Amino acid sequence: MKKELITLQNISKSYDGQLVLDELNLFIRENEFLTLLGPSGCGKTTTLRILGGFETPDCGKVIFDGRDITALPPNKRQLNTVFQKYALFVHMTIAENIAFGLKIKKKSGDYIKDKIKYALKLVNLEGYENRMPDSLSGGQQQRIAIARAIVNEPKVLLLDEPLGALDLKLRQDMQYELIRLKNELGITFIYVTHDQEEALTMSDTIVVMNQGYIQQIGTPEKIYNEPENAFVADFIGDSNIIASTMIRDELVEILGARFACVDKGFGENTPVDVVIRPEDVELVAENAGTINGVVSHIIFKGVHYEMEVMANGFEWLVHSTKMFPVGTKVGIQVDPYNIQIMNKPVSEDEEAATIDE
Amino acid sequence: MNRKKALQAPYLFWSIMFIIIPLCMIFYYGFTDKTGAFTIENITAIATAEHAKALWLSMLLSLVSTLLCLILAYPLAMILSGMNVSQNSFIVVIFILPMWMNFLLRTLAWQSLLEKTGVINNILHFLHLPALNIINTPTAIILGMVYNFLPFMVLPIYNSLVKIDGNVVNAAKDLGANQIQTFMRIILPLSIPGVISGITMVFVPALTTFVISTLLGGSKILLIGNVIEQEFTRAGNWYLGSGLSIVLMIFIIVNMVVSSIFDKDGEGAVL
Repeated sequence: MKKELITLQNISKSYDGQLVLDELNLFIRENEFLTLLGPSGCGKTTTLRILGGFETPDCGKVIFDGRDITALPPNKRQLNTVFQKYALFVHMTIAENIAFGLKIKKKSGDYIKDKIKYALKLVNLEGYENRMPDSLSGGQQQRIAIARAIVNEPKVLLLDEPLGALDLKLRQDMQYELIRLKNELGITFIYVTHDQEEALTMSDTIVVMNQGYIQQIGTPEKIYNEPENAFVADFIGDSNIIASTMIRDELVEILGARFACVDKGFGENTPVDVVIRPEDVELVAENAGTINGVVSHIIFKGVHYEMEVMANGFEWLVHSTKMFPVGTKVGIQVDPYNIQIMNKPVSEDEEAATIDE
Repeated sequence: MNRKKALQAPYLFWSIMFIIIPLCMIFYYGFTDKTGAFTIENITAIATAEHAKALWLSMLLSLVSTLLCLILAYPLAMILSGMNVSQNSFIVVIFILPMWMNFLLRTLAWQSLLEKTGVINNILHFLHLPALNIINTPTAIILGMVYNFLPFMVLPIYNSLVKIDGNVVNAAKDLGANQIQTFMRIILPLSIPGVISGITMVFVPALTTFVISTLLGGSKILLIGNVIEQEFTRAGNWYLGSGLSIVLMIFIIVNMVVSSIFDKDGEGAVL
């Protein structure tokens, strides 16, 4: 296990009496790609700004490499930020933009020249030294912003929704680019986004946040397959979230029917929430599954069909490569290990943002 | 299309009557003598000792006033731009309030404040302090110019400062720049268009003023504005007055061209 580089201890922050972060605790390992994921207003950007030194927490500590840096101004921190909308210096050339941090540190002219060349090569923009930021496309400006940050050889790169303003294709290309950069540089990336696909693609660790609280920390697989509460299940991907009852270990009653599952330790006859991903719902012939239903909607999505199946009073969202026309009577079957049991939300922030009726 | 033209008509009439025709008249008088014959004597008259001295003094006083306005306005604009909206509007109102009062009235007020037996000297006398004798000196004129034209410097600088993205400033700090470095390398260069607009908007009216110099400079100090005014009103020499006006216009146009090169975003368009 790699060593912990940054630790956030009991961080709280409020603006005008509005609590944005409440006693947040988090550690970030060396050479980790960590993503803070959540809807707008969840506190992810505030967390990043506290790390960058642009905000001071009301209470709590930021420990960097064993040192308390809570009160240290941004220019004294060993981390660099890539800002949303790039924040390039429009009155300087690309080379001057990249050289900014190095000139402040009074590096030699030759060193700076080499670094500019190296950084532009790293972001695939060789030969752009004398262009002005305005003459570059959004994707190119973004890469310059990254180059400007990494020439300073920070231990940590903070990225604040850096791909938000780019179109889909470019965004996907940049995701691979960022993973490559992180591996080549061997530094820690802390990435803020509200885009779950981005988070799943790039991260080693995802921190799902809502209303100032951390909902779940884990690998992308863990977050997707084993969401801890309704909010996480709903926010990451599509899901069927159904109020159910845990009869006993490894048996759950969903909409009046009993399904085998693999979860234990919830007690007997306990109300719980069940998450079933739409691709895990299997449609079979009528009476061949656990419950019966009728297909009520179907949309072709390219890779799969998205169907809605009305069964036992619940509209099941189903993804399948097989097509069942509207009106078809079908059976529904779910493998035990695809049923994820969660405790009922105990506070508002753990509730699903949108509940399918 | 016709309707659009109909709406334009009053403005067209206005600009012909009050801008184009007077300008043509200035040029006609500027290039003719009393007999109506063509001459450039009215233009070259600027070279005479008396006129050249007035122009030189005007330039000097306007430059000093512009510089003082800049020194006073920049920090003020920075303070204003760093404030949030509610405070900001209150302070802006306090600051702009004097501008709503008549320019002549404000200058007259300064006259009665600065007079040998004026308000300031009465107070100084009461406190047994030496009297302030700056009325009818260039210092008083500069004071009047700075007082009257300061807002025209503050507003464009303020506008260019509030346009700077906060994250650009954060980026500079993030890259290791301290407060002074951030100011010198990022904030100041990005606010230059506003500074240039401000300089134009203070320098041009200061260069052409004759009211401030008449009221605060007495009749002893003649600026180029006073010379032109006297040619028109007292000497009745429209020909010489027009000729000198053309010379002054050239100076102003040069200033405008220079400023438009630096101020591509039209920051000066706020007033």
